[in-house]
Amino acid sequence: MKPVPVLKQRSFSGRRALWSGGISVLYLAIAAAGGLLLGSEALSTHLGSRNLAPSLEHLFGTDWLGRDMFTRTVKGLGLSMAVGFLGAISSSVIAAVVGLLAATMGKAADRFLSWLIDLFLSVPHLVTLILIAFVCGGGLKGIVIGIACTHWPSLARVIRAEVMQLRSAEFVLVSQRLGKSRLWIAMHHMAPHLVPQLLVGMLLLFPHAILHEAAITFIGLGLSPHQPAIGIILSESMRYLSTGMWWLAFFPGLCLLFTVRAFGMFGELMKRLADARGLHD
Amino acid sequence: MSKASERRNYTLLQVTKALLWKALRLASLLAAISIVSFVLVSNSPVDPVQAYIGADMLVVSHEQRELIASYWGLDDPPAEQFMRWGSALLHGDLGVSMIYRQPVIEVIGERFVSSLSLMAVSWLLSGVIGFTAGVLAAMNKDRWLDRIIKWYCYALASTPTFWMGLLLLIVFAVWLGWFPVALGVPAGKLAEDVSLFDRLRHMILPALTLSIVGISSIALHTRQKLIDVLDSDYVWFAKARGEQGFTLFFRHGLRNIALPALTLQFTSFGELFGGAVLAEQVFSYPGLGQATVEAGLRGDVPLLLGIVLFTAMFVFAGNAIADILYRTVDPRMKERGTL
Repeated sequence: MKPVPVLKQRSFSGRRALWSGGISVLYLAIAAAGGLLLGSEALSTHLGSRNLAPSLEHLFGTDWLGRDMFTRTVKGLGLSMAVGFLGAISSSVIAAVVGLLAATMGKAADRFLSWLIDLFLSVPHLVTLILIAFVCGGGLKGIVIGIACTHWPSLARVIRAEVMQLRSAEFVLVSQRLGKSRLWIAMHHMAPHLVPQLLVGMLLLFPHAILHEAAITFIGLGLSPHQPAIGIILSESMRYLSTGMWWLAFFPGLCLLFTVRAFGMFGELMKRLADARGLHD
Repeated sequence: MSKASERRNYTLLQVTKALLWKALRLASLLAAISIVSFVLVSNSPVDPVQAYIGADMLVVSHEQRELIASYWGLDDPPAEQFMRWGSALLHGDLGVSMIYRQPVIEVIGERFVSSLSLMAVSWLLSGVIGFTAGVLAAMNKDRWLDRIIKWYCYALASTPTFWMGLLLLIVFAVWLGWFPVALGVPAGKLAEDVSLFDRLRHMILPALTLSIVGISSIALHTRQKLIDVLDSDYVWFAKARGEQGFTLFFRHGLRNIALPALTLQFTSFGELFGGAVLAEQVFSYPGLGQATVEAGLRGDVPLLLGIVLFTAMFVFAGNAIADILYRTVDPRMKERGTL
C-alpha cells in the first residue's frame, strides 16, 4: 500500500462529492423555481406553432397543440418533486414510528412488526401502488398514500437497528445509572444519532418516490391528464412517437433522470456528512 | 453411519425444517394479503358495475345494471362477499375476470407464460452482463473502466424503465425500423399462424429494456463485494506469491462473490415484475403486467386480487430459492449446521 496517494485521494473525492452535491442542489433549485415562476401562457394552444422540432425559441420543441414542451417539462418536474416530497416525508414518519416501536415495545411487538415489514415487502411495489391507486380512485391522494405505504420498510429496519444499538450503548447505560430520566436520555443521547439518520433516509427515499410517481402516472392510474406531470407527458407522447416526434419523450424523460440523480447525489452527500465513519470511502 | 452421511442427513433435516417454516410464513402472509386487499378494494369508489359495462353505459338500462350487480353478487354485504371469495380461493378458484370473461386463474396462467419468457430472458441477460461489469469494475478499481461502469450504473439506477423503453422504441422501431412498434404478435394474424420467430421479434425490445435497467444493482453490488474480497488477507497473500489478473480472480474472487450475486438476482423478482409491468405497457406486450394495469384501470376486482396474490407468491418463490441456495451451496453454512 502507498499511504500518501490514499490521503490525497480522500480529500479529492470529498471535494468532488461537495461539488456534485452543490450542482445537484442548484439544478433542483432552478427546476423548482422555474416551475413556480414560469407563466402558463406558453401552455395554451398555439395552432400556428404545432409539432415543432427543438429550436432556440422552443428548446424542447412543441407538441401537437403547439404547447411549449420546455414549460410543460419544468412544470411537470415541480409537480413530481412536490409529490415525491409528500410521499417521502409520510413514508419516513411511518418508518420512524414502526422502527421505534419495534425497538422499544418488547419481543412480541418486534416480531409482529417484522412480520408486517415482510408483508409490505412481499408484493411488488408497483402492484401495491396500482392496488392503492385503484382503491383511492386515482389522483394525487392515491399516489401519495401508495408511496407512503410502500417505501417505509427498509428505513424502518435501519431505525430499529440503530435504536437497538443505542439502547445498549455504554453512554446510555451510564446515563441510566446516573439517574437521568428516559426523556432526558431520549432527547440528549438518542435523538442526536437518530435525527440525521432519519433525514438522510428520507432524502434517499426521494428518488424512488419520484420514479414511482412517474411510473404510476405513466400507466394511467396517477395524476389526471390535465395536470402537467412528466408521467402524463410521456404517456401522451407514445401516440406521436411513430410519426417521428422524438423530442416529446426524449427531453422530459432526460430531465426526470437528472432530477432523480440530483436527489440521489444530494442524499449521498448528506449521508457522508452525517456519518463520520463513511468519510473514508 | 459414517460422519459424512450423518452430516448430510442433518443438513437435509435443516432444509426441511426451513422449508416448513417458510411455508407457514407464506400461508400467514397470503392470508393477511388477501384480507387486507379485499377490504381495500371493497372500499373503492370505483363502481364495479360501471367498470364492467365500460363504454356501453348508454345502452345498458337500469334494470340490466341491477341484473349484473345481482349476478356478480355485488350488492351483498362485504363480509358475505369475502366469505364467498375466500372459500372459492381455498378450492383454487380465484373467481371470474370481469374484463376477460374467463376464470382469473386461466387469465393469469396464459399471461404469465408470455411475461415469464420476457422476464427470464432479461433476468439472465442483466445477471450475466451486470456480474461481468461489476467484476471488470472491481478488478480495475479507480481506473477509467471502473469510472465509466460506475457512472453508467448510477445513471441507469435513476432511469425510469418506461423512458428507456420509449428511447429504444424511437431508435430501433421508428428510426431504424428493425422491430415492430407494438403488440406481442403481428396485428391481423390468426393465433395459429404466429411463428416462434414473430414472437421472438416482438419480445426483443421489451426484454432489452428490462435487461438494461436491471444491470445497475447487480453490477454495483458485485463491484463492492469483489473490492472487499480483493482487500482481504488471502488475496494480498496470493498477490505476494505472484498471482494476478484473471487467475487471481478465478481462484479467490469468483467463488466468494458468485453466491451473493445469485442471491441478489433471486431476491429481485419484485422489481423485475414491476419493470415488466412498465415495459409491457410501453410495447403493448400482452403479458401479466399489462393485465395488471388493465385490471386497475377498468376495475376488474377479481383479477386484481388474483394478481396481487400471485405476484406475492412469485416474489416469495424468489426469496425462498435464494435462501435454499445459501443453505445448500455455501459450505460455511453447512459447517455451522454441524456445530
